[in-house]
Parts: sequence; structure tokens; C-alpha cells
Amino acid sequence: MAIESDVLVVGGGLAGVASAVVAAREGVDVRLLAHKKSTLRQASGLIDGLGYVPPRTPLEKHADYVSQQRRDFREVRDKRGDYLGPLQTPYEGIDTLPDDHPYSILGADALRDGLALFDDLVGDTYLGSHTERNALVPTFGGTVKPTARYPRAAAAGLASDERPMLLVGFRSLTEFDAGMVADQLAAAGVPFDVRGVEVSFAESFPTDTKITRFVKAFDHDERIKGIPVRRALAEVVKPYVDDAKRVGFPAVLGDDNAASVRTDLGDRLGADIFEIPMGPPSIPGLRLEDRLFETLDAEGVRLETGVPAVGYEKDGDTVESVIVDRMGSEVPYAADTVVLATGGLVGKGLDSDREGVREPIFGCHVPYPEDRYDWFVDDAFGDQPYARFGVHPDASMRPLDADGEPEFANLFAAGSVVGGADVAREKSASGVSLATGVVAGRNAAIESRKRIERVEASS
Amino acid sequence: MSEKHRADEADRRRRTTDGVASETVNPEQPDAVEVFPEGEFDLRPGADDCYKCTTCETSCPVAAVDKSFPGPKFQGPEQWRLKRKDEIEIDPSISECSNCLRCDTSCPSGVNLAQMHNTARGEYVDNQLSTFSIKYVRNRILANYRTSARLASMFPRTANFVMNFKPVRWAMEKILHVPSERDFPEFATQTFREWWSERGGAQVTNPDKQVAYFHGCYANYNTTEVAKAMVRLYEYFGYEILVPPQKCSGTPMFANGMLDDARRHAETNVENLAAVIEDGADVIASCTSCSMALRNEYPELFDIDGIETLAKNTFDALEYLRIHEDLHGAIQDASVSGEFAEEFAYHAPCHSRNQGLDRQAIELFRDLDGVQIEDVGDSCSGISGTYGWKEEKYEKSMKIGAEMFEHMEAAEGTTGMTECPTCGMQMEHGTGYDVHHPLEVLEAAFVD
Ligand SMILES: Cc1cc2nc3c(=O)[nH]c(=O)nc-3n(C[C@H](O)[C@H](O)[C@H](O)COP(=O)(O)OP(=O)(O)OC[C@H]3O[C@@H](n4cnc5c(N)ncnc54)[C@H](O)[C@@H]3O)c2cc1C
Ligand code: SF4
Ligand code: SF4
Repeated sequence: MAIESDVLVVGGGLAGVASAVVAAREGVDVRLLAHKKSTLRQASGLIDGLGYVPPRTPLEKHADYVSQQRRDFREVRDKRGDYLGPLQTPYEGIDTLPDDHPYSILGADALRDGLALFDDLVGDTYLGSHTERNALVPTFGGTVKPTARYPRAAAAGLASDERPMLLVGFRSLTEFDAGMVADQLAAAGVPFDVRGVEVSFAESFPTDTKITRFVKAFDHDERIKGIPVRRALAEVVKPYVDDAKRVGFPAVLGDDNAASVRTDLGDRLGADIFEIPMGPPSIPGLRLEDRLFETLDAEGVRLETGVPAVGYEKDGDTVESVIVDRMGSEVPYAADTVVLATGGLVGKGLDSDREGVREPIFGCHVPYPEDRYDWFVDDAFGDQPYARFGVHPDASMRPLDADGEPEFANLFAAGSVVGGADVAREKSASGVSLATGVVAGRNAAIESRKRIERVEASS
Repeated sequence: MSEKHRADEADRRRRTTDGVASETVNPEQPDAVEVFPEGEFDLRPGADDCYKCTTCETSCPVAAVDKSFPGPKFQGPEQWRLKRKDEIEIDPSISECSNCLRCDTSCPSGVNLAQMHNTARGEYVDNQLSTFSIKYVRNRILANYRTSARLASMFPRTANFVMNFKPVRWAMEKILHVPSERDFPEFATQTFREWWSERGGAQVTNPDKQVAYFHGCYANYNTTEVAKAMVRLYEYFGYEILVPPQKCSGTPMFANGMLDDARRHAETNVENLAAVIEDGADVIASCTSCSMALRNEYPELFDIDGIETLAKNTFDALEYLRIHEDLHGAIQDASVSGEFAEEFAYHAPCHSRNQGLDRQAIELFRDLDGVQIEDVGDSCSGISGTYGWKEEKYEKSMKIGAEMFEHMEAAEGTTGMTECPTCGMQMEHGTGYDVHHPLEVLEAAFVD
């Protein structure tokens, strides 16, 4: 078996990267395998720790919650109960989370370690590490979101800042409605004046022009109809700036040269420039992905993308290798320990159909209600059982079987493949990935060192 | 004892839409499965898997430079959904797609964008592009590179002179719309196959370790040094090399929507290669687009006896050694001096990404004494085979490549490295650097 490593991480999202780096820093040889692009490409680029503790409905109560013949949606919503939050710090709500939540299993320090690792990897491209408090970042839906770390590009937009704000949308970019966002923010009672304006910009771009086209144009200050885009944009926005001290745009302001795009526009408009994180396709998420993958090289992690893990070979309770499907031929990748960081239902780390929910590579135990109608509730924003599906780990992040014993002695899990958290309602997705990633990576490295020592001792 | 567990469902999806040749479905016959008119492929499962996450759109190099390009999600699943309902023609923008397949590589949901684009392009060229148009003729010439190359290699010196001779290039640009900015690749004075028979074929016989080499056109007619390096390297590791008769892999034909041409070539390749596989050999290729065609596009597009066997037993030459030899261990004890003791700026071809090969050169050479290597990032070179050879695409191709040129210039080294011959052309064209293939460096490390 020629392809081997001490630790093999399966999955190339935030959790996979975090565990790979932590393991590599423990001094072992790490390989990261990722089949496809991760959800970083879709995520806002904000690093949420814990923003809310949503109410939970005990499973038995779901029965009357779920009803095909409900009459009034308000009735459903009223039953939702109270959210705790927005939380001042991501740590303050951890005590009130249920026992099976990864934060409850690992403790607040895991989240601290995860965020510290993140800070170290992204350097000055992200802010928020100066305080334990959550930052309040306006979103493209017009809400204000509590988050632990935010890109530098979003900094001037914080809702705790009292300077007057102008939001700018482009008529040619329908994804972002500046007027709506401004109205929503004002209605939410933000402590500053906010106005929204739609300008004619890049009108020669057809409406289905891809966002990456805008990004490229800003990055290289391309000319549209003879005028460099940055200047063209500044000219149409200028008349609206008035007393605004900060101007926000949809997050399309460049990629490699994003900082200089903001400086350039800021100089021309006499205001601080910021971006509002967008839904998919997310440029801040793409920038973060680039940044994280660059660090893998520096950390000495071997990286392999484009091919999936499809099975494993074991000896007793030990995974000996992960089987990788290399274009139809199955190649075993040997490793002392393995980290499963394949994502949730979205990332393909969990698979579901009418029959049930599975973790497809190792077949790890995933608890779920017998009756498929208990997987969902009517209230789209309610306590959805499926949101918390995933493997259940012990405190070292080893997935447990139905009897509560580790599935394997040398398999660890991290990120959305781990169940117990309702990351969308809690605003905790990246925090859970980082916290579980750090613990899984560390333990995978320690366990692999033990195994190496054992082999050395016996020979 | 170890036990093997294979996940039941795990990512089988990308292989569930097996190719069905148009000929095998007879529209006259009532019980023929007829999902689309004229016996099209059933790509419905793929279209249904798309959950509109837009990951493919952020990966498309053409959409980032061309404001009118509707992007891979449209070219793939959306166009298929539209087509299911009505007699809708293929949108002409499919010919702006460069076939880099970065969308296919990125899709988290395993939507088979490669297959969708190839079939759409084929249908567009068959039904909507006039065979009398200059573009069709030009594309057909470009796609059938092997034919031109075979002729040229009979008189390589004359060809090298004529192809880059100003008046000829001027005429080519005016008449055939081939951009005069590009330098035609040089033809070797002796083809690889000529060299192979002159040296008396394989120097190592080993019935237990046999590989059949699919050299493709480029390593045969142009970069024969890559093919020779591969031969010597494999013989160093004790392999017996077979060089069966073969034609073009078909890559330039898929990319130009000329599926009939591609199929003809594929038939020869499948027949000859499946026969040697039957006798116990595996197939290796040194060009990542060739290996991609044999492994991925063939079974997706054609139904030929032995095509699955070929797909399953084809490997990239470097990948194969990684899997079967302790290449990593061997590299630790080796070193390179002389011509290849360089700092390389490495670009991973898009088609290598699709096969999970994009990082192997970095991984290997990082530990090789005398050599340094830096990944110039995941941007596309922009040439995409014949794409950058069309006058109307030239500028777009250079605009896509700009990021790679910048990253190459920012890298320490001033020598390029890549597996793909056309990426290599683009790298040279944009930076003036010499460009080498990883196999040449490996040969320098192991073979005196
Ligand atoms: C639309 C959207 C918006 C989001 N917004 C936010 C936000 O605002 N704030 C926030 O904090 N978080 C957000 N997130 C969440 C966050 O981006 C991640 O989803 C989360 O951290 C989980 O990451 P992960 O690493 O566990 O998995 P994923 O990101 O899902 O990555 C899984 C990886 O595993 C790979 N993989 C899967 N199966 C295999 C296999 N068999 N073999 C090899 N590789 C495999 C995949 O290809 C992928 O690379 C958002 C997510 C989404 C989808
Ligand atoms: S990446 Fe795949 S699932 Fe996402 S939009 Fe593109 S085709 Fe659809
Ligand atoms: S193959 Fe390449 S150019 Fe074509 S749609 Fe996909 S990513 Fe874009």
C-alpha cells in the first residue's frame, strides 16, 4: 500500500482544514482528502460562534406540532417558544444548550481554541478577536447577525458603530436590494441613520451576468465602456453620499485585490467602504476558502482533491485504510487515524432517503426518529429534528455506536457530520466546525503517535 | 485480518448515468427508451440533483471574463430541464464553454456537468451549426489535430517553418480565424513511435508488471521527450511497456462538439487497449486530458464493448507509480542535478483536478533534493486545448490566463511545470518560461 499518512482527514471544509492543521502542528504527517468544493463557497464568510439558543421541542411533542391540517401558521409560530439571545458573547449561552450539543460535550474552551486557530490562520484578513463579544453584522436580508469573527471587508458596516450609513445596490445586480436592506435595518432600530440607493452601474452587463464577472472587473479595474469600473462606480455613488461616513456594497468588490478596491473607492467617496456578505454565490466565502487552502501548504499538510472516499478496511476495531475511488479504481489510503469531516446533509457527509439517514463512508450510527414524519415540523424556522441529525461523539470526538461505544478506536469526527447542534437557528455553524475540528485533529494526532510508538516498541 | 467495507450508495451517483450510444436507441422501435428526441442521453437524474448552490458558477473561468456567458448551471441542469418540456434548441453560448470542466469538479452534489456540456455541444454542432461555415471547418481541423500532425511530422522541418511563416499565418487568421499571435507547436523530427521502434521496443520484459502507454498525439508528434522520459522511468521501476496502436483520445473533438469523429477514434482505442488489459496490463497516459477522456468521457458518452474495462484500468502515469511503488520513499533518497535542478512554477491543468491529480507533483517534488516547486494557484490557464486557438476566443483565453501569468511571475522559479501540453503552450506564451512535465523531472531523479 503506497499511499499512506499518519492522519487522514476526509473532507475539505472548515472542519477538515481545522483538524488537518491542528494535527500537522502536533508533528504528525497529515493528508487531507476532499472530493468536491465545500460549503465555504456558499457560506457568508462570517464565522459564527453562538448567536442564539433556540427553544427545543421535546421529540414526543413534535407529534401535535406536525399536522397536515393546521389552519393558521401563527399558531405554529406561537408554539415555537422563546429564543435566548442575541447573545453578548458566544460563550454565555453554552451552559443552556442541551447535553448532546457538541459545545456541551466539549466545553467552551474548545470553541476558544477553535477561534484562536482560525485567527492564526487568517491573520489580519479577519477581525473580532480583540473581544469575546459577538459583533453585530448587517446581512443582505436586512437583519443584524451576532457573529464571532468577520472579514475586514465587513468591518466598517458593524451595527454597533453609530456613524451614518449609505447602502448601495446596482440595478444590474438583482441579488442585493439596498433600499429593502436599509428599511429593514432602520425598522430593527439600529443606532444610526441608514439610507439605501440603487444606482445604474455596469448597465451593459446582462441581468444574468455572473457575480464573478463583477469581481474580476473590480479586481483589475477593468474598463466598461472606456471608464475604469472603480471610477465609474464612485462617480454614480458620489451624489448620494451626503453626510454618510460609511458606504456599503454587495460583497463583489474584488478578490485578490479586494483591499485596494475598497481603499480606492473610499478615497474617491470620502467614506469608509464595506461589504455586506451575500448568500450563495458568496465571494467572502470564496476568499476565505483560498486563504485556508493556502495555509495547508505552509503547514505541511498533503492535499488531494477531486476523488471521494467510498469505504474502508478494518482490523477489529481499527480502521486500517480508507478506500478512495480514483475514477473507478479503488485505492486504499492507509492511515493510523482518520478524521471524518465530510459535512452534513448539504456537504454529502450524511445521506438520506425515505428509508433513513446514513453516514455513508463508515456507516457510523446516526440516531433519527423511526417515523419519517417526525424528521420535520411544519414551521420552517422551527425546531427541525433533521437539522440536528449526525453522528454522536464522545468527548474525544470519536463517533459512538448505538450502544454508546466508539465505532472505531481510531476514527474521529468534526464539523457538520456531527449531530446535536441546530447551527442555522443558533448561528453557530463555523464555531461548531472549528471547535470539533480542533479537538478531533488533536486527538487524531495523539492517537496516531501512540500507535506509531507502539509499532516502534514492538519491533 | 482486515475486512473491506464498501459503502453502498456512496457517490455512485456520478456513475449512474452511463452513456448510451445514439445508435443503440431506435426511435422507430416502440420499446426503445426514448427520453429525448432522437435517442438522447437521460440526464434527468443529474438535473434533479442540482440544488442551485451556485458553486459551479463561482468555479467557471469563462463566466468571470464574459458577461454574456450564462454559466455552467444554465449550460447543464437548467438547459436540460428546459429541454425536457419543449423542443428547445441548444443555446449557442454552449460554444463559449471551454470544456475546462472546473464546474464538474466543483459540484458538491455530483451533477454530471461534463456529460451535459458534451452532449449539448454535440447536439448544437450536429443540428445548429452549418457544416459549410468557416468556423465549422476550422473547428474540425483543430479538433482533428492528429490528422494535421501526422502530415506535418512527415516533413517536420518544412512544417515548422511553414506553420509559423508570417504570410501563412496571416492567411490562416484571415481565412480560418486562427489567431496569428500564437506560435504553432514545433514538430519533432522523429516521432515517439519512430523512436520506439528504432530502439527495438521495450527494453524490459516482465509479464507481472506490464503497462500499455497511451501517448496521445502530442507526445508522439511534438513533446516526444516527455514520452521518452516516461519510458525510461517506467523501465527503471521494472515495468514492461507496451505501445499498442492508437488514435486521438478525442478530447479536442468533444470540446468542439464533434462526437462522431470522437467516437470513431474511441472505437480503435477501446479495442486495442481493452485487448492488452485483457492480457493483464494497465493503461497509463502522460497527458491528463487523454487520461480524462479514457476514464471519464468515454463511458459517459459512448457505449463500446470494453469501454468500462478501459475506464477502470486507466491511470495517469505519475498516479500509477504513486499507487504501486513507494515513490515517496524513493524520492527521499534521490536528487536532481543539471538541467532539471530548477525552481518550478507549477500549474495544475483543469483536467487533472477532475481526476484528483492536481496536487501530486507538489507533494512529490516538495521532498526531492535539488528541486523546488511552488503551486501557482487554482486559476485556469485559459487555453483549454483548441479553445485558445480560435481567433474569436483568443482574447478571452488570455484574459482567463492573466491570473496564472501573474502568479507565475510572482513565484520564485522561472521555469514552468504542468502535465498538459496545451496548458504548457499557454504558460510559455504568456510568460516566456520554458515548461516541463513532471515525468521529465522524475526521470532526472531516478535514471542516469
Ligand atoms: C448556504 C450556507 C450558508 C452558510 N452561512 C454561514 C454563516 O453565515 N456563518 C457560519 O458560521 N457558517 C455558515 N455556514 C456553515 C459553514 O460554511 C459550514 O457549512 C460548516 O462549518 C460545516 O463545514 P464542514 O467542514 O463540516 O463541511 P462542508 O463545508 O460541508 O465540507 C464537507 C467536505 O467534505 C467533502 N466530502 C464529502 N463527502 C466526501 C467523501 N466521501 N470523500 C471525500 N470528501 C468528501 C466535501 O467535498 C467537502 O469538501 C453556511 C453554510 C451554508 C451551506
Ligand atoms: S454546483 Fe452542482 S448543485 Fe450547485 S448549482 Fe452547480 S450544478 Fe447545481
Ligand atoms: S466546462 Fe469550464 S467553461 Fe464550461 S461551463 Fe464548466 S467551468 Fe465554465
